[in-house]
Amino acid sequence: MTRQGRASRVGAWTVICFLLLPITVVLPISLTDQDFLSLPVDHLSLQYYRKLFASAEWLSSIWQSLVIALGAAIIAVVAGALCAIGCWRRGSRASEAIRLLMLVPLIVPTIVYVLGLYRLWVRLDLLDTYTGIIIAHAVTAIPYVVIIVSTSLAGFDARLEQAARNLGASLRQTLWMVLLPNMMPALVSSAIFAFIHSWDETVIVLFIGGRAIFTLPRRMWQGINDNLDPTMAAVASVLIGVTIVLLAADLVLQRRRGR
Amino acid sequence: MGGGGRASFLLLVAPALLLTLAFYFVPLAQVLWISVTEPNPGLENYALLATSASIGRMLLTTARICVATTMVTLLLGYCVAFALTRATPSLRRVMMIGVLLPLWVSVLVRSFAWMTLLRREGLINDALLASGLIQQPLALIWNELGVVIGMVHIMLPYAILPMAVQMRQIDPALTAAARGMGASGFGAFYRVFLPLSLPGLLGAGVLVFIFSLGFYVTPVLLGGGRTLMIAEYISIQIVEVLRWGTGTMLATTLILAIFALLAMLSRAIDLRGLFGAK
Repeated sequence: MTRQGRASRVGAWTVICFLLLPITVVLPISLTDQDFLSLPVDHLSLQYYRKLFASAEWLSSIWQSLVIALGAAIIAVVAGALCAIGCWRRGSRASEAIRLLMLVPLIVPTIVYVLGLYRLWVRLDLLDTYTGIIIAHAVTAIPYVVIIVSTSLAGFDARLEQAARNLGASLRQTLWMVLLPNMMPALVSSAIFAFIHSWDETVIVLFIGGRAIFTLPRRMWQGINDNLDPTMAAVASVLIGVTIVLLAADLVLQRRRGR
Repeated sequence: MGGGGRASFLLLVAPALLLTLAFYFVPLAQVLWISVTEPNPGLENYALLATSASIGRMLLTTARICVATTMVTLLLGYCVAFALTRATPSLRRVMMIGVLLPLWVSVLVRSFAWMTLLRREGLINDALLASGLIQQPLALIWNELGVVIGMVHIMLPYAILPMAVQMRQIDPALTAAARGMGASGFGAFYRVFLPLSLPGLLGAGVLVFIFSLGFYVTPVLLGGGRTLMIAEYISIQIVEVLRWGTGTMLATTLILAIFALLAMLSRAIDLRGLFGAK
């Protein structure tokens, strides 16, 4: 390797350490024995995890986030996957237009969307409701589902589906018995993605949540602005832990598909 | 492809299309509508872009932070993308985990983590003070530096992935040939590889810049109210001073700027590849 090669490798690993630093640092802080945000001094302590899981407020936020993320993921995956299948089978200009349309929510900043959403929810009386937040999270997750499922369908032999249709299978039978089994890994991936999208979503819930809807990110936002106590680090560690578990599950599934 | 009737096509795309139209595009259109109708019909809100000093200052801050974020992200990201293309497959897998893992951790959690690291009594200042390198804690946060650090961290994977994909398409034989004909290692990189990797660099740069423009969580938490970028400014208009006209005007300006940049970029490279739609 040349000197440049070595230099770029050292640079690259430094950048990767920079990328991993904030993610790894919250775990030791969450185990601190001090009463402010710091590394443990004398010993490791689980006091802030006890505090977290004994708090009715935090527990209700965790529960709310779970329900909302599940609801949003189910809607997004069903609608998004059907849409991707439709576009894939048709392959016409109309489906091209739909795919382009689906890119818009990925590009437009959430702050812009949430202004219009707020007004609409006022009119439909959906502010601070489960329905309101689930719809908002589902709609913003649909584009990801469409992209993930479309990508997997692009590698799928269309003749299989045509053969099923020619042999007399109805549309529903084709979907259930031919497409669905082949799409399973992509569906699971997109469900995990949609779940995490909702589970982590902050800007929308800050605007359209009120007394009733207090998801985990909103509670954490409040905590960061009120008092930076180490319970936040425990929450952050739990959130990172959930993400890593889901990501690992997805990786295992992808690898199985690869075989 | 090409199979499937029109009716079944409509049936399949209907749920997603209707949901997206009713609950995404209708509210989005309303933002544009409010910007030209409240408080009075006309373009008076847009005149503020030229006349309001505080909006002018905010736009400058936004541009400055986004440019800084983009430059630093590209520089650091290029390094990683380059190393990724040269790494052995097993090493590449390890590096990819390092690149992808942060992408999955929420922006809120990451901003919080930066707060614990960068604040006055944070881990970095503590370590530097203890080692005797500094006598006074450094102001690493609640200023533009803190915002840029947090934003670079979020944007890096978005820059690394498209750049690495593009670099892998560059034939390694080309740099080898340059070396064979007497170019130095740096010469071969600078005269052959770098020009060939420019499209990826440009695409990643515009992508990072566009995404940086609309950031809300990171600037609010790491800027500490002193570094006002456009998204926070919009939210203040809506939540605190209740000026919907100004807020939606800025929101509209923001998306117009984003789509104008995308249109310019799409002349240079294929966008759908960048967004993974292809």
